[in-house]
Amino acid sequence: MTARRSDPKETSDPMEILVNGEPRMARTGQTVSELLAELSLDARLVVVELNREILRRGELSRVRLEPGDQVELVNFVGGG
Amino acid sequence: MSTTAEAVDADVRDEPLRIGDRTFRSRLIVGTGKYRDNEQMVQAIRASGAEMVTVAVRRVDLDASKQESILHWLDPEEFFVLPNTAGCYTAEEAVRYARLGRASGLTDWVKLEVIGDPKTLLPDTAGLLEATRTLVDEGFTVLPYTNDDLVTALRLQEAGAAAVMPLGSPIGSGLGLLNPVNVRILKERLDVPLIVDAGVGTASDACITMEQGADGILMNTALAEAQRPEVMAGAMRLAVEAGRRAYLAGRMPRREWAVPSSPLEGMLS
Repeated sequence: MTARRSDPKETSDPMEILVNGEPRMARTGQTVSELLAELSLDARLVVVELNREILRRGELSRVRLEPGDQVELVNFVGGG
Repeated sequence: MSTTAEAVDADVRDEPLRIGDRTFRSRLIVGTGKYRDNEQMVQAIRASGAEMVTVAVRRVDLDASKQESILHWLDPEEFFVLPNTAGCYTAEEAVRYARLGRASGLTDWVKLEVIGDPKTLLPDTAGLLEATRTLVDEGFTVLPYTNDDLVTALRLQEAGAAAVMPLGSPIGSGLGLLNPVNVRILKERLDVPLIVDAGVGTASDACITMEQGADGILMNTALAEAQRPEVMAGAMRLAVEAGRRAYLAGRMPRREWAVPSSPLEGMLS
């Protein structure tokens, strides 16, 4: 991930991010893992893209969200 | 010496279907879309005998995040899951979806679709070639959905596609194999497996397709939209096997006029 995320600071300040195209309030500096937990999603079954970059599963608990981040959460569905 | 039907069955001398580094006993590949529910889907897939099943990559439905993932129903020990790029209209978009599918950690295979027209869902072959090259470079095993054009198929093969998957007729149309001649031409000229993807409506379509020499068939709607999907799935399994065997057997030549099957000699005067 980009360098700006290597030294994150967590605060309780609210911020707006986009999750699957929808605005959502989050805490500044909250991790992606925490976001998934809030959404009751199993990290093993979801792939996360943050600002167009795919995150590896091992990164989810380290990468912290920043205002305006665009998060895509995808999974497999029925298809042909 | 008499030979039983079972002995003949055991001596068909077919090869398993080999794509990339994998081997499949079943020549039928099925989609997982449009079923009434996951239970019906799995029942139909089991009845079809398919080992490889396709899935789509989509946003998680955050309003229904408690619902079970389709992966709960598709045990990776039982089925080989093949993510597709359905719904993508540019090479860039298809590459993005392919990478998301690989990031699942399940597979680096992709059923590559780059669609060029929403009404017919016919492929954008220029975009398809571009995406195939990119993904092959990135180490994917690429199975492109294409039209039945020989030159495009050859270019896809050159680009490193592990199989070429021409349509029999448009996706979800159930019109069957519209151009059997093209499938025979493709079979004659391609070295990689030829999987006819889309168009099959009923068992005879599958049988006719396999009789042309297709190495396999990928289908979804013909099963999911049947009144009884699991029964149709069994019919498709038999039809694919029957068509395959007829191909291996080598059919009789076509003639314009009748040739009697009974002797002309020995008729009463």
